[in-house]
Amino acid sequence: MRDYFLKFWEGLFTILIGMKVTFRHIFVPAVTIQYPSVKPQLPERERNRLYVNMDDCIGCDQCSRACPVSCIDIETVKSIPGEDLGKTSNGKKKALWVTKFDIDFAKCCYCELCVPPCPTDCIYMTDVYEFSEFERDSLLYDFVTLTQEEKEIKKKNFEEFQVKKEAEKAAAAKKAAEEKAAAQKEKPEIKHDKPTDDKKEID
Amino acid sequence: MIYDWLYNLTGSPILSMFVVSLLPLFAFILPFALFAVLAERKVSAHMQDRLGPMRVGYHGILQTIADIIKLIQKEDLVPTAVDKKLFNFAPLLVFAGSYAAFAAIPFSSIFIGSQIQLGIIYIVAVTGLVVAGILMAGWASNNKYSLLGAMRSAAQIISYEIPTLLIILTIIMITGTLSLYTLSELQTSFFWNWMIFGGPAEGLQKFLYLPLMLVGCLVIYISTLAEVNRTPFDIPEAESELVSGYHTEYSGMKFAMFFLAEYANMFAVSAIVAIIFFGGYQSPFGYLGNTLGLDWLVPIEQFFWFTAKGLFFVFVQMWLRWTLPRFRVDQLMAFCWKYLIPISFVILLLAGLISLI
Repeated sequence: MRDYFLKFWEGLFTILIGMKVTFRHIFVPAVTIQYPSVKPQLPERERNRLYVNMDDCIGCDQCSRACPVSCIDIETVKSIPGEDLGKTSNGKKKALWVTKFDIDFAKCCYCELCVPPCPTDCIYMTDVYEFSEFERDSLLYDFVTLTQEEKEIKKKNFEEFQVKKEAEKAAAAKKAAEEKAAAQKEKPEIKHDKPTDDKKEID
Repeated sequence: MIYDWLYNLTGSPILSMFVVSLLPLFAFILPFALFAVLAERKVSAHMQDRLGPMRVGYHGILQTIADIIKLIQKEDLVPTAVDKKLFNFAPLLVFAGSYAAFAAIPFSSIFIGSQIQLGIIYIVAVTGLVVAGILMAGWASNNKYSLLGAMRSAAQIISYEIPTLLIILTIIMITGTLSLYTLSELQTSFFWNWMIFGGPAEGLQKFLYLPLMLVGCLVIYISTLAEVNRTPFDIPEAESELVSGYHTEYSGMKFAMFFLAEYANMFAVSAIVAIIFFGGYQSPFGYLGNTLGLDWLVPIEQFFWFTAKGLFFVFVQMWLRWTLPRFRVDQLMAFCWKYLIPISFVILLLAGLISLI
């Protein structure tokens, strides 16, 4: 009989204790952050979306090589003499036109390994983390500042320069060969070995 | 009386009866359900250190209206394997049962749907429809979880009706009336005339009634809480075991009917506790209207006190819901049959003896 009432009393009393706890919590300030309107304070070294400052990029391809998932795709075209590409902010001379600098954020694992190798500190993490897309292709970011036409012009320029250079080289080589031939005419005894050697190399 | 006033105004008994019978629904149950759903979410959120709905309107006050609009727009799904007639009729029956209870509840001395002499017995009887509706819903759904939920609900409501009725019987025995209006009028003037403090009895009798009434109030509160299937007695719904019990298969407005019925029931049982033990619409102290000599103010004050008491008990129900875990079925039955029913029998017996003094 005593147990019966003790049990009843214990049940009631513990319920009251529980109610006291929950009632106190009504007045505890909520821990909710009203997300889209109030944003949480991010940690100092948070890793989010990458950004490339193309004014500073020298097209060295180091970030691409450091990337463990190969999400950075870089193509460059050499500049021709006489073209001034300017300098980077830390004083490096730019020598390459960057015609392609794609980062695929669908692949990116936000490891930040591409950031330390950059000699000009042009690739870095921003604090943007809301960039979800409906299509995977939209996550392929193109950072190149050149237009399509400009890219083609640069490529053409370089090819023309290359052709010109080849031509010059060929001309120079021809000239050298002629000179050599002329020289060899005067000294015919050396001529015996050379053709055979050349043939071997070609084979 | 509002009915008399309307009858004088319109001269048509049918029209005035119609308005009076719809008044609790539109003036009270619907606004209350809108408010209570939001209050439930806000109370639960703040008890768990969250904020709850915050987007619709200032601090989310329009959230329930948005929810209702969504529910109205939803497709009314009727699964192929259900018993269509019963399935469609069940939510109406459940809602009708809880709505009909409001007919005999005195909101204030002039606002009472029907002044029948058998008020309290009528309420107990008509809320029995809810059991039938729930059982119907569970059976017609042709779903094992629904059926289990409905069976549990029926077992639970029938078991817990016994202590409720025994306590009500005690009160009827002491006061000698079945009418809720008369019962409220008996507990008039000051709060020490409330039944919880021994009622209108005097001297030694009042002193002896006091502990009985305190325990009785506790018993009736617990058992009515179980009757409306709320936590810790929510085994019929038990979302972690039974999906959501008897209304698993319902969607759209039919689901909203169950929801409305649940909240209407919550207020109905709170109102019963308030009327029986806490003086109903009576103010705990005098009325401002009487002091100032404004007769029309008194019913409004009474309505305020009645709503305040009802809402307080609804708040306690919510508070308990977010404090206590759910009972197991055997614990539930043991609690009713081993504790509540013997205790209420003892109260009935003692109250009977004391009333002989």
